[in-house]
Formats: sequence, C-alpha cells, structure tokens
Amino acid sequence: MTALEVLAPGVLALVEDLGRPGYAHMGVGRSGAADPGALRLANRLVANPASHAGIEVLLGGLRLRALGPVTVALAGARGTALVDGRPVGRDAVLEVPDGGELVLGTATRGLRTYLAVRGGIDVPPVLGSRSTDRLAGVGPAPLAAGDVLPVGAPPTDLPAIDLAPVPTWPDEVVVPVRPGPHADWFVDGLATLTSRAGYRATPASDRVAVRLDGPVVARTPRAAGAELKPVGLVPGAVQIPPDGRPVVFGADHPVTGGYPVLAVVRSSALGAMAQLRPGEAVRFVLAG
Amino acid sequence: MRVLPFGDDAVLVELDDLAQVRALDDAVRAARSRGGWDAVVDQVPAARTLLLRGSGPVEHAALAAAVHGLELGSAHHAVGPELELPVTYDGPDLADVAQATGRSVEEVVRRHTARLYTVAFGGFMPGFAYLVGLDPVLQVPRLASPRERVPAGSVAIADEFSAVYPAATPGGWRLLGRCATTLWDLEREQPALLVPGTRVRFVATPR
Repeated sequence: MTALEVLAPGVLALVEDLGRPGYAHMGVGRSGAADPGALRLANRLVANPASHAGIEVLLGGLRLRALGPVTVALAGARGTALVDGRPVGRDAVLEVPDGGELVLGTATRGLRTYLAVRGGIDVPPVLGSRSTDRLAGVGPAPLAAGDVLPVGAPPTDLPAIDLAPVPTWPDEVVVPVRPGPHADWFVDGLATLTSRAGYRATPASDRVAVRLDGPVVARTPRAAGAELKPVGLVPGAVQIPPDGRPVVFGADHPVTGGYPVLAVVRSSALGAMAQLRPGEAVRFVLAG
Repeated sequence: MRVLPFGDDAVLVELDDLAQVRALDDAVRAARSRGGWDAVVDQVPAARTLLLRGSGPVEHAALAAAVHGLELGSAHHAVGPELELPVTYDGPDLADVAQATGRSVEEVVRRHTARLYTVAFGGFMPGFAYLVGLDPVLQVPRLASPRERVPAGSVAIADEFSAVYPAATPGGWRLLGRCATTLWDLEREQPALLVPGTRVRFVATPR
C-alpha cells in the first residue's frame, strides 16, 4: 500500500478536501480547505479530481516519508521545501521515491501550504468528506508523528504540466466584498470597512475566523442596543461584534452567529483572507 | 418576507416569526425533494431567518423569485417525524425552576411532558436542536453564569426553548433531567436524530 508517514506535523497539519455540504441544519458546517483555490491547484498538478483530499499545513515544519513512490505538488503559501535534502519548487509536480523524505520549511509569504498527492489522502470520509472541522470536531484528527496516511489509487489522467504559472504574491492584499444583509445597522459601515486605512489581521485568527484590528465600525443610534437573533452564516461573512472590530469567518465558521453581518467577502478572495499572516495588512473594496 | 443576497453563494430570507421560518423551511425542503432546486444544497433555519446556500455562486434574483413562488403551508400541517424521548427528571435546576415559576416540581414535570415540541433550528453544536412549544409557564431566563460543563443527555430549558445536550459542553440552560437517547451518531446516515421539523414528546421515566 502506498502511504505517507508523518515524521513531524509541524505547527498544525490537517487533512482537508473541498468540504462537507448538506449538514448545516444539523449544526455541522462545510469546513474544507481554508484556501480552496490552492488545494485545487495542487490537485490539478498531480491530475487528481478536485474533490481529492490533501494536507493543509499551517506555516510549516511538516516532515513526511513516502512509503512507496509518490507524486506530489505543493501550492498556496511560499517557502522552501526539500525532497531528500534537495530544494524543490512550489506549484510543480514532484516525484518522491520510496522512502524519500519531504520537508516543508517555514512559509515566507502566506500562512497555509497545500500538499496534494496523486491518488489523494485516502483516510475514511466522515459525512462524505475527509475534511477536519476544528469547530464541530468532525473529521480526522490533526496529524501527529507516527500517523500513516493511506494514498488512494492513482487517477487515470496523467499530469499535463510540470509547473503551474502563478501570479507573484501581492504586496498589498485587496479583498473585494459585497454588502451584507445587516449593512444598515451601521453608520457608514461599508465606507469604514473599505477605507484606505485598512485593517490588520490579529494573532487571534484561525480556521474559524480572521479577527481584524483597524477602523472601528459604529452602529446607528437605532441599532445601538439592538440584539440580532442568530442567523445562518457563510464563509467570508464580515461580522461586527459590539467592540466594532470586524471578524471575517473562515472555513470552520459556526453554522449560525448572533452579531450583524456588514459585508461578505467574494468567494474568489476567501483564499487571500485565509493566507493573511498575523499583523499583515488587508484592504477591502466594494464589488458587486 | 425579504430575500437578501448573502455573499456569492447564498441568500438570507428574513421572516416575521418562527412559524413562517418553519413553514418556508419545510416548503424548500419539499421542493428540493421534488427536484429542480439544485441551486440549494444547505438550508439553515434560525429564529427569524432561513439561509439558503448553494455549492457555488447562485443567481440571487432567480433564487429569490423561486422562494417567493413557493406555496407556504401552515406550520400546523408540517409532517415531520414524531419521536418520544424518555427523561429521568432529576436535574439540578428542577427545584429552582419550580420555585421561580411558583409551581411544584411535579407540576413542572407534568407541564414539560404535556407538550408536543417541534425542532425549530440547530446550530449551537452538532446535533443540538432548539425545540419550540414550551409551556409559557416554564419560560425562565438562562443561568446568570453558565456551567463549565453540562453533561451529555441533559434535558434543559431556557427562554421559549427546550433542548437536549447531545454532548458535554459549557452551557447556561436550566437542567431538568437526563435523556439516554443518542442524539448524535456519525455512524448513522442522518447523524442528528433531531432535525428541523422533527416533533418531540418528552416522557417521564421513574427515577
């Protein structure tokens, strides 16, 4: 059996696919890769179906040994990686021989690297998905040293390219948003959110939400003391808690939330939100 | 009824009350089971809203029109499954609830078991269901400071709701008793026993 043995998980390494739709009414959200575009790219490079599970690596430090020869690809955050001590590139098809060792260095840009392996990580699915949902506690446990991850049968398609061209990492992260359902709870809320001053991600950010520091969004006098009954949430919902500092929900968001939603991040920009490092700046722009 | 865009993938339907939410939630589920509603893969009822989410971008205007075009049945005609949950009424807050409502413990139990409840929505944790239909006499506020750990199976009330905790968690509801029925089981095809629309009767078992 082809497999990947975890020698060291690094900061946090999770099995993720494109998520678990259809269970929100039971209190289980979609979860899935925090930067789905990066997982899709890694899967495409090794000619996997988009739905195959890969590994989401926070920051770095993951060390794997191939049990049997494997074809892998890395996408998402930027940083060094080694196969048997030899530096290898991102967004490229990599061959790791039987017994070979893959080491991910600490990311230099972005936060989350995605590793796809030809055939996919073939742990048993839970409710139709192999994703780890950190909030609901559903799906595989975070990777630990000694874990052996089975690799599925290779797909019939063969990798079509050796290297994917990707844009250079942006110096300024600009995230388009749509107005949310409760934008009228705030005084110039969308103008504040999209001000040139921008926001910074705080260290209290994770797969559940990115918490921001920056211009405070104030409620209208009419909404000042109002309580919102809980409403269903989506990833990218920009919720404004009583302190006025925006919280942008991520892949493992709660199914419902109790604070008004000022705006919603365009789905194409969810990956950029998930790649924000603590302290890094982000500017929102109104679109759509 | 107002249908608002909620990001690229969803709409949020705002309604006047929980009865309307129940009626629309049932109507959408029925429409999806008949087919032609492939745009919706998740529906999340809450107290005054129903979130309808696709697997990718949705056409907001078309989805809004489809929602407006639904025939809403009365909530009384909803035909969710009906379950009986056996409860041992020996909860730590039973005496406090009796005192707060000016009733005897026996009457609190009698009133809690007398009603037919409906699952209105979930969302707090996997398998947790907010049940409506509580006797107004039993409406008491949450605890001033939540417990650090509420045991799994605790049968509880707060405000207009009753619930059973599927797993141990911190919680601020008033605990009336215990229920041994498994509410959340990942081995089942439908892991949650109580889903929106399910109707529930609590039955007292000897202590």
